[in-house]
Amino acid sequence: MTTLTKSAPTPAPMVRVRGLHKSYGPLEVLRGVDLDVPAGSVTVVLGPSGSGKSTLLRTINHLEKLDRGHVAIDGELIGYRRSGDKLYELKEREVLRQRTGIGFVFQNFNLFPHLTVLENLVEAPVAALRRPKAAARAAALALLERVGLADKAAAYPRQLSGGQQQRVAIARALALEPKVLLFDEPTSALDPELVGEVLDVLKDLARSGTTMIVVTHEIGFAREVADTVVFMDGGVVVEQGPPAEVLDRPRHERTRAFLAKVL
Amino acid sequence: MTVTTEAAAPPTRPGPGAADPDLDLAELDGLRTVPARHPLRWAAGITALVLLVQFGHGLATNPGWDWPTFRLYFTADSILRAIGITLQLTFYGTVLGFTLGAVVAAMRLSRSTILRAIAWGYVWVFRSIPLIVQLVFWFNLSYLYKRLGFGIPFGPTFGEFEVVGVLSALGAAVLGLGLHQAAFAAEIIRGGILAVDGGQREAAAALGIPRWRQAWRIVLPQAMRGILPAAANEVVSLLKGTSVVYVMAIGELFYQAQVIYGRTGRVVPLLMVATVWYVLLTTLLSVVQYYVERHFARGAERTPPPTPWQRLRAAVPALPARLPGGRG
Repeated sequence: MTTLTKSAPTPAPMVRVRGLHKSYGPLEVLRGVDLDVPAGSVTVVLGPSGSGKSTLLRTINHLEKLDRGHVAIDGELIGYRRSGDKLYELKEREVLRQRTGIGFVFQNFNLFPHLTVLENLVEAPVAALRRPKAAARAAALALLERVGLADKAAAYPRQLSGGQQQRVAIARALALEPKVLLFDEPTSALDPELVGEVLDVLKDLARSGTTMIVVTHEIGFAREVADTVVFMDGGVVVEQGPPAEVLDRPRHERTRAFLAKVL
Repeated sequence: MTVTTEAAAPPTRPGPGAADPDLDLAELDGLRTVPARHPLRWAAGITALVLLVQFGHGLATNPGWDWPTFRLYFTADSILRAIGITLQLTFYGTVLGFTLGAVVAAMRLSRSTILRAIAWGYVWVFRSIPLIVQLVFWFNLSYLYKRLGFGIPFGPTFGEFEVVGVLSALGAAVLGLGLHQAAFAAEIIRGGILAVDGGQREAAAALGIPRWRQAWRIVLPQAMRGILPAAANEVVSLLKGTSVVYVMAIGELFYQAQVIYGRTGRVVPLLMVATVWYVLLTTLLSVVQYYVERHFARGAERTPPPTPWQRLRAAVPALPARLPGGRG
């Protein structure tokens, strides 16, 4: 599947990031980031903490505003509209509509603890996309089946293990049938023995041709699943390429130093 | 580190458990343990109990409490009517207080600097003025404003009414209690909302859930867990706080008790009538609070705590599984 995507001609990338700049006060977190993610491909973003990889992910669905640059998904500008030579921020209602096409999976799951697993999955399709309740429930149950948690539909999130909660969170993101899935360190809050079950779900999604951007420290996962590995440091993309190149024959000293520490 | 012999233990380690040369560790195997005894703890407990029993005995036998008079007035019509007024004041005060409080809390949390400042000012003013001062103020509102009207601010007026006719003493009391309560309710609600993990709003926003639904469906139900204990405190305190409106000569419970002992001279038994009613009503509110809190605890714990009835049933198996008409 992955080789197929690579050889196919891709006229426009699914996700197109150009010249992103973002500061928190005096701290420049992103200093001109460019990124192209072809449809159906898996991009893994690596880098030391503070390198801006989480911020990059959060700007892609406009959880963070931009200082300069732009993000486009499937040809649509995210969070802004162009008028003359300026980009004006969209109204919140518009941004919310755009986000229904962008799935986001958080490090801490952020499941709604007062709703059952099924209610967590049904909430957004009904509230944001106005799907009929019955259809949303049926789709949700099918998704739970897919992540291996069909028997947990009536449970509350706190009754589940961390790995199960993250699988529910992934199913919740999938319930909107997004064009892109963004993962912000999806296994970092998990006990080591629970990482595998979450990565298995990610691998299954990758095989089925879902466009994914994954920020992670799991080098093994990057090597096995990624079409492109992006290494970030100091708010810029230091290098990117197929895992065999970036992970095994890094061209930059900073990449080599990082890999030496995590491998 | 490897343990070789007993002698290899750290030789000179001062502090608790300094080595006892006579202690033969091999002899300790299989001995029974005895928990430490606390004779002073028992003595203190028994002393407190004796004092309590003595107080109870005094309540029952001291003729000064005048229980026959207490019985005479406890369910007297005038007292029951007064309770009705106390309950009305509490109910309307709570509804007005928490509705307005929710609006003020939303304003204080809004992104508009102007709304935030106004809400802050409201809380500042109404928290600063003593309730009793405020009540007397509202009672004398018609002195300040003879007529009130609806219309465009600084522009023409569409309709007018006399303040004296519309704002009865009871209305003024409800207004005073409600406005006062709103300042405190606003801070309690704001506190509850701030206590909800920011990731919840962020997750709802990332899922594209509309803003009002983020608040109603995701944030507020979770905030309720933090709001409820403090809010129940406020309602109880308002119930008792209604006794302050006796300054406006409104016939609520405390005022009525005063009227009766002013006539009969039996102060203590009538204070007891009011006291026992306040305790009963507060107890009722506490029970309601328990069930409301239980409702909003959904998902907060792995297994929900049993209701008092379920606990009683566990102790007395002969009881029916559900209360008639109750939730069991």
